[in-house]
Amino acid sequence: MSSPSSRETVLGRVRRALADVPRTERPEDVPVPRDYLRVHGDRDPRETARLLAENLADYRARVHHCVPSALPETIARLLARQGSRSVVVPAGLPDSWLPAGVERVHDSAELPSHALDAVGSVVTGCAVAVAETGTLVLDASRDQGRRRITLVPDHHLCVVRVPEQVVGSVPQALERLDPARPQTWISGPSATSDIELNRVEGVHGPRTLDVILVSEEGFLL
Amino acid sequence: MNGRTNASSVTYVGMPTFPEAAEASTRDARLRRNLRHATHTIRDKRAGAVAELPDWAALREAGAHIKDRTLRHLDHYLEQLEQSVTDAGGIVHWAADAQEANDIVTRLVRETGEREVVKVKSMATQEIGLNEALERAGIAAYETDLAELIVQLGDDRPSHILVPAIHRNRGEIQEIFQDRMGRWGRAAPEGLSDDPAELAEAARLHLREKFLRAKVGISGANFMVAESGTLVVVESEGNGRMCLTLPETLISVVGIEKVVPTWRDLEVFLQLLPRSSTAERMNPYTSTWTGTTDGDGPSAFHLVLLDNGRTDTLADQVGRQTLRCIRCSACLNVCPVYERAGGHAYGSPYPGPIGAILTPQLDSLETGLDASLPYASSLCGACYEVCPVAIDIPEVLVHLRERVVQGGTATVRGQRTTVQPAKGHAAERAAMRAATWAFDHPGALRAGERLASRARRLVPRRLPGPGSAWTDTRDVPRVPPESFRDWWRRTRGGATGTGPDQRERGTGRGARSGGTVPREQSGRTGADGRHSGGGPDGGGRRPGGRAGGSRTEGGGDEQPEQP
Repeated sequence: MSSPSSRETVLGRVRRALADVPRTERPEDVPVPRDYLRVHGDRDPRETARLLAENLADYRARVHHCVPSALPETIARLLARQGSRSVVVPAGLPDSWLPAGVERVHDSAELPSHALDAVGSVVTGCAVAVAETGTLVLDASRDQGRRRITLVPDHHLCVVRVPEQVVGSVPQALERLDPARPQTWISGPSATSDIELNRVEGVHGPRTLDVILVSEEGFLL
Repeated sequence: MNGRTNASSVTYVGMPTFPEAAEASTRDARLRRNLRHATHTIRDKRAGAVAELPDWAALREAGAHIKDRTLRHLDHYLEQLEQSVTDAGGIVHWAADAQEANDIVTRLVRETGEREVVKVKSMATQEIGLNEALERAGIAAYETDLAELIVQLGDDRPSHILVPAIHRNRGEIQEIFQDRMGRWGRAAPEGLSDDPAELAEAARLHLREKFLRAKVGISGANFMVAESGTLVVVESEGNGRMCLTLPETLISVVGIEKVVPTWRDLEVFLQLLPRSSTAERMNPYTSTWTGTTDGDGPSAFHLVLLDNGRTDTLADQVGRQTLRCIRCSACLNVCPVYERAGGHAYGSPYPGPIGAILTPQLDSLETGLDASLPYASSLCGACYEVCPVAIDIPEVLVHLRERVVQGGTATVRGQRTTVQPAKGHAAERAAMRAATWAFDHPGALRAGERLASRARRLVPRRLPGPGSAWTDTRDVPRVPPESFRDWWRRTRGGATGTGPDQRERGTGRGARSGGTVPREQSGRTGADGRHSGGGPDGGGRRPGGRAGGSRTEGGGDEQPEQP
């Protein structure tokens, strides 16, 4: 807590600085034109899902498609490819999604970060996916777990239910999200361009991002 | 080298003025090559990312207006923010200046009993010199952004907002990692090459042990949402996520202008910022948090709201728009002056066009460097064109130049103050006053002009004394043998006949810039009276020739269209 005087000092300075603003003016009296588009382009849900797949891949996420019944087998295949023997599992993730032979490390507040560092992969759902930007948004719901579990392991496998979790644009995504929940917006694997502007993937977050788009049989991508 | 002991200034201690620093940096061929490659690459990519959105102009307009609404009612939004952050379990602190912010953060870290902290790249903490303040208190602050790590290990300064080590090439980075990493923690692997992927891997290993044991994280924020109390950090590498989620205590130091009214407003800025900054549709990671969350992330969250000259900037109705800035750095990448001078010449954490207006305002133009920064521009207007929140940087530059030369009233640390003109501009003001007087007294002007003409061969190419500052970069214009007024009086614009003798005499400048004026043309222009054809001043003036040069100088009169 700072001294009450600093608070009053700063707020007093702000008010004096704004002496030119009429006293009767309310914040909403300052116009904000919102002539921008809610979404860029007119797409049906299938086209939106296709754009998501395209943009995810463009930012070097590995994109996979499957029907719900094939999900466990797809996850098993991707974990095997990564060579992961252990997986962090958020509390709300259906156990049936995971193959039998893999060690489950259950997410909990007591799980220390160095223990996470020793785990091979993490499997989560997501809150919403944004097609135009190729973004996955996690909001720490029960099938996604605490923020750190998708950060420390080197491989993140994220399951997106198509089309219900896919939106076209950033404005549409924000409408669906609750600011009270801690969020992580993920667009491709971690990257840096700090050395001569050469893009290098996987600095601190997971170096491999697998995204599985799960849709019903009729919803062919 | 990073050290800054003068808490009242945003600039680094002992920095020369911009022209002095730029004189050295523009001679560094390697720096210029690195900068040219970097700025042109980002610039071109950005143009592509922006072109993808047909409504970019509308987003830009919305962004500017959201910021204007916020700034015009900043007290309201700050109080709302304070309430919502407190309701969500955070603790809000207020800091009037850098010193106070540093004291608050130092005390908070001490209260945890820790002696080290991990940091997310943050402009605000660079501005206040937090790392140095913590060091004086015996607390080690580890920068975790790759470029900031390069800068910190190299005992160097950042030179770009987005890519702070833009001035370093891979060979230099390899050397820094090999020599210095071991002193700060895990050493660089044996046989480290200069391959960017290997260098990034070395940084990953070096920093991971720090992340995993860190108990205190320090960050800034890109946005703070007043209605919900949510903070937003936009990043690429994941070091931000590490610092924001692994430690037990999180301290965020954020400028008061970073507040936006609503969650919905992020729909504008999360489109404007990544495309303008890294030229991506979306940056790899964006974190948002609201106070504290049980069992997920830090259990203690402190928000330090920083003024440090922002309210002084707010008080200036022309300068106020500077506070819209979302620190995207697009203006750096298009600026011809930045591209040649480099970031260090600006002498503060804020380089480029935005630094040229932000630094002097935060500092109330108190240092010599501050007074030189508004001149670090050709007023070409490219920065305004690319600015995603439409800050009219040339307008503010011209406004600040006026303050430098003429002084006037300004708000300094919250007090309305009469500001004296900056030192070094006395000669300029004296000359302007003399010119004003002379133009009011035609007799004196005539006498002066005749004297100048008679003595014209004595005028040197370079002026001595204070005038030398002007002629360091320019030639003294040649004084014509006869003033225009005398010529007109004698010839009535050439209508009464201009002899070859006079034409020759009357083309002092023309002779330099393209030969004498042909007789026919001279007569014709003289006759219809539109031009003073062969006159001493107008003679031989090539259309467009000088105009090109003077447009750049005087571009302040020709402001780009308002949004």
